[in-house]
Formats: sequence, structure tokens, C-alpha cells
Amino acid sequence: MKLLVCVSKTPDTTARIAFTAGNSEFDSAGVQYIMNPYDEWYALVRALELKEANGGSVTIVNVGPADNDTVIRKGLAIGADDAVRIDTDPKSSMAVAKQIAEFARSENYDIIFLGKETIDYNGAEVGAMIAEYLDLPFISYASKLDVNGSTATVSRDIEGGAEEVEADLPLVVSAAKGMAEQRIPNMRGIMMAKSKPLNVVAPVAFEDKSVAVSYSLPPQKTSVKLVDPENMEELVRLLHEEAKAI
Amino acid sequence: MVLIFAESQKGQFKKTAFEAVSFGYKTARQLGVECAALVLGTAENAADLGKYGASKVLHVADAALDHFDSQVQAAVIGEAARQSGATVVVVSATANGKALLGRLAVRLDAGSVAGVNTVPEGSGSFRVKRPVFSGKAIAEYEVRSDIKVLSLMGNAMPPEAVGNAAPVEAISVPVPAPRVRVKSVKRVEGIVPLPEAEVVVSAGRGMKGPENWGIVEELADVLGATTACSRPVADAHWRPHHEHVGQTGIAIRPNLYIAIGISGAIQHLAGVNSSKVIVVINKDPEAPFFKAADYGVVGDLFEVVPRLTAAVQAFKAGQ
Repeated sequence: MKLLVCVSKTPDTTARIAFTAGNSEFDSAGVQYIMNPYDEWYALVRALELKEANGGSVTIVNVGPADNDTVIRKGLAIGADDAVRIDTDPKSSMAVAKQIAEFARSENYDIIFLGKETIDYNGAEVGAMIAEYLDLPFISYASKLDVNGSTATVSRDIEGGAEEVEADLPLVVSAAKGMAEQRIPNMRGIMMAKSKPLNVVAPVAFEDKSVAVSYSLPPQKTSVKLVDPENMEELVRLLHEEAKAI
Repeated sequence: MVLIFAESQKGQFKKTAFEAVSFGYKTARQLGVECAALVLGTAENAADLGKYGASKVLHVADAALDHFDSQVQAAVIGEAARQSGATVVVVSATANGKALLGRLAVRLDAGSVAGVNTVPEGSGSFRVKRPVFSGKAIAEYEVRSDIKVLSLMGNAMPPEAVGNAAPVEAISVPVPAPRVRVKSVKRVEGIVPLPEAEVVVSAGRGMKGPENWGIVEELADVLGATTACSRPVADAHWRPHHEHVGQTGIAIRPNLYIAIGISGAIQHLAGVNSSKVIVVINKDPEAPFFKAADYGVVGDLFEVVPRLTAAVQAFKAGQ
């Protein structure tokens, strides 16, 4: 099986969120970056498991500048065979999807994997866009995926439940919790990653149609109001009269 | 024209559909254009969408559309948008709606914004806001294309009744054969799904074991709330996977979130910090969750929760 895993670089979950350049750009000062957890834990690991069971190859693709290489190398250390970085700094989901789709178009991957969303922009748009550019089926929020011959059987999370679906390869799948278990790269993997191919390719031309122009922080919560544990009537009164929540 | 895809389930509309129509109506007024709703597959009460501002309802009645395949639905919505000359297309940011948004953007060569929670303001450039960084910041987007596609975040703005039933117009749009075959759909019956719930009662490891969940369910019952849990609880199989809220689980934004015996790890907060009012019940006064809470109760949950249930019951009885 020929598998592609799209990975994104995101600020760590615990990163301080601040903005710079007149609140028009994310302030990356002091921020630690990681591989987007859904891409790493679920999409990449499930792709590796399929390769281990069926043979084939797992390629990582990332759209971004050279400082993304650290994150890409981590994916190689976890077990991907090779990687491609499309050398541009994308400003929209569509820019990412367009670059990946144009790269993947002639490669005939059986499955293109990615995480259900990134933990920074939370848009969940890129998978659907890649699928539309390439005229492929798209199954989102997949929590389980099995491949039998040329057919994939997938469970996907929906509001208050799950849906079982089937589709023939090739297809695009976005992965959620349940799909696989996180793998920690071992020393051998880290050493091997240094010599695995990381090919840098030039981007295609693209003009953004939708961009974030400014950022703000939500209003600060006022400090918590503590209620006497013996007096839950008071909490109910506050929730009704003050918070208007019940 | 603003075209709103009103999502239905087994022929019935969910609150998210009414929210989307209401949002579309306000957007259309802002832009000075008409607004129409689009309904796919089996749909009862389609005319009711007029109550939330749709001046007409377009209906593609093919029953094949009752099963979700983002490729098929996006093709149909895209074609309906073309036929009706829509300049703004709105979907709900549900699991299915999110899969449609990206496809529609590519198909209509449109700029998209996912999970919008404000109506576009002013004249001139088209700008909308949405939460980013798991609710830790708000981004304002400018959409520069002729056609714009937006998904509306759930529970962001309540549906507002503004009119009467609207005429339903059957339209003819080619429906491609699905490539995703739906084998089964399992939904927990009789409860409001978490992303749509207005009140959520959630519990964590402080419960000590699954056998103790009765007090959580009783509180949820009297509040008409949906129950949820933290990640360790779902991982230990004390509660079903679909109840897990937080970064790796479901992100929710109810009006009221009551967290019982949950310490409030940053990954949990990322999924719930957009809730309008947060109540935290925990015996540890140092639990980080108190910093994100509006109301806190420091005490033994096994005593506090039944007391709260009784107080809510007494309050409801007196109403």
C-alpha cells in the first residue's frame, strides 16, 4: 500500500497564546512547536500499522518553511519511510490543501491520511479540500479503519454516536482518537531518521481567498466565586439570578 | 443571495439547522440580499425554516441524499448555489457540515471560514470572526473571493423566530452516485448530543469508579443536561468514548458546564473553556480548573452533588 500522511506543525498545547505586529500575527517567541497530535498519534501511526501488515510505504508531507524539518524528522523517527516538504509558508487551509493535492495528484496514493483537525486553527478543512481537488471520497473523524483488498471499512464519529461506512481505495481519511495509539520514537528510529530522504519541492502558485487579518484574546474570566459546600441553594440562586444559566 | 444548507436527520431538523438559517438571515440582511434555505433528501416541516428568516426553501428530494457522502452532498449544494446565484453559502459546523465546507470552497472557488461565531459586520470587505487555538483566541478573517462559504459554530447564537412558514420549491439537481457506502448509523437515543447540549454535567476521576455515576446522572436528569466525562474516565472505560470532552474528545460550548471531580488539565480545558458558565466541584482547592471557573465549590463531591441535585429539584418545583 502506498500511503501519504499530511502532518502539520502546531504550537504545543500549553503554549502561551499572544500576538504581534499589531495583533496581526501569532507571536512565536518562546513557543515550543510540536507535530499536530492528531496527525502524529492517529493518522501516522495507523498508516504505519497498515504498512506493517500489508507492506508498502509511508510518506510524510508537510507544507512549510525549513524550520518545519524538526517536526518532519520526528515523523521519520516514528517510522515513516520518507518525507516531502513543500517549501512555502501557507496562510490559509486552502493553500495547504492545494499544495498537497498538486503534489499527490500524480503519485497515486491508496490512502491520504491526516488528523481530524489541527490544535491551533481547529478548522478541519484541509482533508475535505484535498479530497475535492483530487475527486476522491473523504471520510472524516475516523476512529477505526480496516482495509480488506481494495475496500476500506471505517467507523466515523458523529454527534452522539458513530457511523460505519465503506469506500473503495483511493480515499482521504481524517483520523480521530481510537484509530491508533501514540508511538514514542526510540533511539534507533531517531538515528535512522537522519538518513531518510526529506525532499524539498517547490510550491505551485496559489492566491489566498480567505485570510486571518487580526487576532484578539477573549475577555478574561473574573476570578471564581466560591460557594459554601453546605449551601447549594445559594449556588442554584446564583446560577439562576446572576449567571442566568438555569 | 445567501444560501443555507439546513441539515436534517431522519427527516427532522436539529437546532443547528435553525441556528444556521437564523445566522444566514442576519447575514443576508447585512448584505441587503435574499436568503434561502436548502434541504436535501427526506424532510418534514421544511416550510418551518421560514420562521427563522428563509424567504424560501429549496428542496432536492432524492432519498439517496439521506445517507451522507460529503462528495455527493457538496456536488448537490454546489450546483444549487450556482443555480440560485448564491454569493454566500452557510453550513453548520457539525461533523458532516465540516466535511462539506472544504469541498464547497474548492468546488465554488470560494474563500471559506470554519466555525464562524459572528455575523459579518459593516460594508466594504467581508469580515467574520471565529475562535482559534481551542478558544484561547479570536481571529478575524477577511474573505476576498466573490463567493464565500462559512460554517456556523454550534451554540454560538440562538435561533430567533422572525417570520412565518416559507414556500418550499422542489429543484432539480443531478445527484451523483455515492462512493462512500453507509452501512449503519448508531446514535444514542433520547439524549441531546454533547455538541448541541445547553447544559452539560461532566465528571472525572474524582468519582473513584463507574459504579458511583448515579449521582451524576441524577443531577443531569433534574437539569435536563447531557452527561460527559474527562479523558482518563473514558480511557478506563468507566464511561463510553462518545462522552469524552476535551482536546482529543469532543469540544463543547454549552451555556452551563458543571465539572465534578475533574482537575482541569489544559487538554480538558481546551475542549470546554468556551462554555458560557463553568461550575467546578472539587475537594482540592488547588485544582487548576478553579482558575477557569465562574463558580466553585470546594468539598466532597459525594456530599455536594446530591445536595445540589436536591437544591435544583426544589428550585424547579418552585418555578
